[in-house]
Parts: sequence; C-alpha cells; structure tokens
Amino acid sequence: MSILNFVVSSFVVLSFIAFVVGIAWRVWLYASTPAPLRVFTAPAPATRAGAAVRVGREVALFESLFRADKFLWLVSMLFHVGLLLVLLRHLRYFITPPPLPVALMQPLGIIGSFAMVAGLVGLIARRLFDPRVRYISRATDMAVLLLLLAIAVSGLAMTFIAPPDIMAVKQYLAGLWRFDPQPLPADPALIIHLVLAAALMAVLPYSKLLHVAGVFFSSTRNQPDDARRERHVAAWARPLDQHRS
Amino acid sequence: MDARTDIALTTDLGIEAPPDLAPDAMSACRPFPAQPAHNEALGFPGALVEDWQDQAIAKMGELLENSRPLRVFLDSCVKCGACADKCHYFHGTGDPKNMPVARQDLLRSVYRYYFTPLGRLLGRWAGARPLDADVLEEWFTYFHQCSQCRRCSVFCPYGIDTAEISMAAREIMNSVGLGQKYCNEIIGKVHKVGNNLGLPPAALENTLEGLEEDVRDDTGVDVKFPLDVKGAEVLLITPSADFFAEPHVDGLIGYAKVFHQAGLSWTLSSYASEAGNFAMFIGSYEQMHKIANRIRKAALDLGVKRLVFGECGHAWRVAYSFLNTLAGPWDFLDPRYPVPQNIAAITHDLIQRGGIRLDKDANAGMTVTLHDSCNVARASCLGDRPGDQFTIPREIIAASVPAFVDMHPDTIGDKTFCCGGGGGLLTDELIDLRVKGCKPRANALKQVVDDHKVTHMVAMCAICKSQFTKVLPQFGYPMEMIVSLHQLVSRSIRLATNA
Repeated sequence: MSILNFVVSSFVVLSFIAFVVGIAWRVWLYASTPAPLRVFTAPAPATRAGAAVRVGREVALFESLFRADKFLWLVSMLFHVGLLLVLLRHLRYFITPPPLPVALMQPLGIIGSFAMVAGLVGLIARRLFDPRVRYISRATDMAVLLLLLAIAVSGLAMTFIAPPDIMAVKQYLAGLWRFDPQPLPADPALIIHLVLAAALMAVLPYSKLLHVAGVFFSSTRNQPDDARRERHVAAWARPLDQHRS
Repeated sequence: MDARTDIALTTDLGIEAPPDLAPDAMSACRPFPAQPAHNEALGFPGALVEDWQDQAIAKMGELLENSRPLRVFLDSCVKCGACADKCHYFHGTGDPKNMPVARQDLLRSVYRYYFTPLGRLLGRWAGARPLDADVLEEWFTYFHQCSQCRRCSVFCPYGIDTAEISMAAREIMNSVGLGQKYCNEIIGKVHKVGNNLGLPPAALENTLEGLEEDVRDDTGVDVKFPLDVKGAEVLLITPSADFFAEPHVDGLIGYAKVFHQAGLSWTLSSYASEAGNFAMFIGSYEQMHKIANRIRKAALDLGVKRLVFGECGHAWRVAYSFLNTLAGPWDFLDPRYPVPQNIAAITHDLIQRGGIRLDKDANAGMTVTLHDSCNVARASCLGDRPGDQFTIPREIIAASVPAFVDMHPDTIGDKTFCCGGGGGLLTDELIDLRVKGCKPRANALKQVVDDHKVTHMVAMCAICKSQFTKVLPQFGYPMEMIVSLHQLVSRSIRLATNA
C-alpha cells in the first residue's frame, strides 16, 4: 500500500469515526438533557403526533424559513435538495449491484449536483453582499460553504471532465468498508473529492453543521401544546416542590 | 390629535424595510444594575463576585445540563440571517447587535470558547471568545435590549428562541452578582408584599371599595370587587396595574361586570395579588416557582374551584405554559375547567352562549384595532384550540364595538411586533430603547389610522398598556387611544338584564 493510500484511507476512516461518534454523542446529550418547561412557539399542535408533523414540515419544507425570507428559502432548498439527490446517487458506489431506484435516479443526481452548486453560489453571495449577513459571518461560515462548493465542483469534474475508473473506485471504497486495503485510484479529482468529503464529515458534529441533528430536538417546534394537561417537572426541579404547601 | 411627534413615522405601508446597520448605536443604553439589597433578597450575590469569570462559566455549564433548549439552540444556529431583520429593536435602532442572531452570538461565542473543541481551537475564526469584562458589559447592555418577545423564533428554520438565550444570560449575570434593578426589585416586592407594586392588603381593600362605589355611581348596579372571600368559585389573578393604572383598571371593572352578569362568585387574593411573574424575565426557574406557588397557596387557602387570569401577556405565558409544571397538580380544583383559564375565554364563551349581552352602540364612534401581545400570541393560547389566542379577542372586540380593523398582516398574529417594553425593560432609564422599539408597531398603527380612521388600539397585557400609554404620544398618538379588551366589554355590557 502506497503512503498516499495509507494517509488518505486513514483520514477517511478516522473522519467517519469522528462523524459517527460525534453525532451519537450530541444526540445522546440532547436526548438526555431535560426540557424543564413547555416553550413551544404558538400556535402549536395539541398532540405529540401533531408536533412530529410540524417538525417533519420544518425538515422537509423549511416552512419557517419560507415565512422569513423567500430568496434564502430558494437557495437553501436548491442546496439541500440537490445534496440529497447527490447523496442518493452516490449509493451506487457503495452497493453492488445498485438497487433499481438508485440506478434510475442517476440523471436526477446530476441535476441535483447543479442545483447544489447554484444554491451554494447563492448562499455565498448573500454572505458577501448582504450587509446584515456579512456582519454575522465568521471565517468558518464561509469556509464551510467553500468546502461544500469544492466537494461539488470536484465531483462534477469527475462526471464531466475526467471520469475515473468507476470499478476501481468501487473496489477501493469496498476495501475501506471491510478494512481490506485496495489500491487508491491515482486520480487527483477523486482524491481531492474524497478527502474534502471526509473533512466535511469530521467537522459536522463539532460545528454549526450540527443543525442536521438540532432541528429534530428544537423544543419550540417539537413540543405539543399540552401545558395545561401535563406537568413537565425536570428531575433537578423536583426538590423545589417539596418546600411548599 | 397630539402633535408631539418626536420620531417621524416613515412609511404609509404599515411595515417598513429594515434599516441600515448602525454599529454601536445602542451601546450606551443599559438599565440600572440592582443594588446589593435587591440581589440578596433573591439569594444572589449582592455585588459582582471576585472570581466572576469562573463562576459564570460554571453556571453556564449548569444551565446547559439543565436545559435542552439552551443546549440545542446554542449548537444549531447556522448564521443564515433569517431572523436578522425580525426584531423590533433592530428595526428601531439599526444596531447590528440587536439582530437576534448577533444578540445570541454574544453568549454563543463564549459557549463556543469554553464548551466546544473547535471553538477552543479556532477562537475568533469560529466566532469564539473568552469571557472578559468587556463581554460582560456587552451582555448586560444587549441582553437588556431583548424583550423576549420571540418574534425571531417564529422565523428561525430551527426554532431557535432568543428569549431562552437572553434568559440564560440574565440568569448567569444574576448568579455572579450583576442583576438588573427593575426586575430584581419587583421580584423582591412580590415575595414580601404579594404584588409588583408593593401594594399592601389594606390599600388593595381600599382601592376595591372605591371601585365598587365608582361602578355603583356610574351604573346604579351593585357590582362587587371581592377580596379574600373563602369558598368563592373563582380566584382571579390579575396584574397589579389593574388595581389603579389607566386603562388597566377599566379592564378590571370589565371583568367584575362579566362575573356579576354571569352570576359567578369570585374573589381576588391579597396574598397572591399579582399575575405577573418577573422571574421569567431573569430566567430563574427557582424564583418563578416561588412566585407561582403563592397562587397555589392562595387557591388552597381560599378553597376556590377555578383559577382565572386577567389581561397580561407574560403573566399568561407563565400561567398557561408553566403554571401546571411550577405549581400543579391542580387536582383540588374543579376538573371540568382547564387550569388556569383566561378571562377572555370566559367572556368569549359567555357571549357565544348568550350569558352576557353586549351593546355595540355604547361604543359608538370607535374604530378599533388589536395589538396581539407577544406572549399571548407566540407563547400560549387563550382557549382550547391552537390559534384561539387570535380569534377570541377579535370576536370579543367585534361584539362590543361597531368597527374593527386589523393592522398589516406581518405585524399581527404570531408575527406581531412587541410593544417595545416587554421582558423587564419597562423602566424609565430605557425610555430611548422603548420608544425606538415601539416604532414598528407605531408604523402599523399609523397605516390603519390614516386609511381606516382607527380611533383606538386594544392591548390585553399590562406591560403593553403601560408602554403604549407612555410611548405612543411620542409618535403623535394620545395615550387615551390605548384601551383594555375588557374596557370595551365594560362599556358595552348590559347589566341587570340579559335581554
């Protein structure tokens, strides 16, 4: 195994572990931290099922964002839906043979990658040219967008300019999966794409990208309006109840 | 109309474009810090403790462990800016630190530095910074320029609630001895006397007797204002401003007339003579618990069957959304009624069932609009169905006046703009902020006044009423323009007959 292969493969594997451990840690932390009071944003659904639907709509349709800012909603949708399609398209690199839906949606994945780039360009433009957004932006906010853009562009380059040997790529990735090292295809675009995607995974649980998990745990959206029917006394608050009439 | 217009309203559209950034425009605007006695009465250190940095970070760690919303909200912001133009204080001042995301970042930056590995590693590049004296001063300034109205939260794709963050910041500051005078002094009065105004029981009794005489003189009907009556059906908890301030007291007279006409026996309590719970503003669960349990004790001592709240926004949030958790279970009350109920829901129900009759002619000449109070609109509900907080007051108004007009749709309902005085900011030294924060509401009001000849604006919150009567004259509108919801009911209700 070449030194390059060792370095790249180790980085990808370690990034994946950082991703899984980091997400699991945060989700556990969110789930185990008590929500001591009902703080839903009203009007809120009266039932748990209703609140779940509300969260689902936030996740799938970005409903609140739509009410806030139509342009931001559009570029965010372009980016996120594009990313979803691209990720689905990538399943064929991990599953052999690819299931029929994955095989059929390949052209859609290409469209998705363009949508993703368009969305990212829009998001970057906002950070540069909207004075309010520029004021709240830090270096890391721009870095994340540029990282995503670089991943998308390097992927598009492989699709349209210099296609790598797909079979070799699949073999290499399958090798990573099984801890059975395979030759790393000597393709610069592929190596860049792989390393950047791994970097993205590694930082996700430790950065604002954690919104992926946070949105499901947002108390203002996921709590039903049951405050007059149910008590929600947190374990740490229970002793207070003992000193009263 | 009063011609004293100090701030020109710039739009005829009801809502105006967000302002240009004016960095540090409000950096010198901050409330008075609490005196040692105010802090100590609540169990906080009297003055800033020596190792305040360490203690503040330790407190932040404790709050993170105790509150999922705080933890999730500090992690999840992507700085998208959806909230950036949603705050009334930003609209009024242009100070970028009044953009909700920037306000949150004052605390989030410290969180990132002490509680996240990337923040520790990258520092300012990742928007992380250590807690120092400048940061603390910034906290005290800008977390007291947030009225915790939660308008930003409505628009956030992750539902991040700046109120939760400003409450946490205030709690941390209190824990190291940096309290705000206005809130802490008032909370101390509630613990000691039972209400925000420090009105002792004898004075309260006197006031209520006076009101009985006034109503008798006015209507010829013997409407009672009972105090500490054991065995009454309803315990009414209402903001203490209702006992004397205009237009609040006209609302209280309205509640009394509704109870009288519905034949409901009711009482006020001299022990729990306050609906407001300012402990919410300082984020203290413990203080909030203590105040809320005065109501529990009063309900037990008086042996009432139902709990009803008067018109007040943040009080109603604590009542509707928190009271069961803080002071329940209410198994000793009549299970046929929700606990607590809002007076508006009772009046609305009576109107629907014909239990009271309203005569619109009594309010002839009035064209009325409604200011949805933020805590009623976005943090609670009035009746049994989500959205009742919008329909119930509108239907009560429609039943009591000849004409009702809504303001711009982006300034009402769950998008309502705060009056500018909520969240513990209703204090004279913050008057500049309060006037500027009222501008979005004043703009929306201007449109309906100009286009629809609106004569009055209803508010159903003690803070809104106090803030508007003080601040609207700055925009050229007389203080009499602000009316209580139950003031309209009071003027239009047919007493002694339901025909």
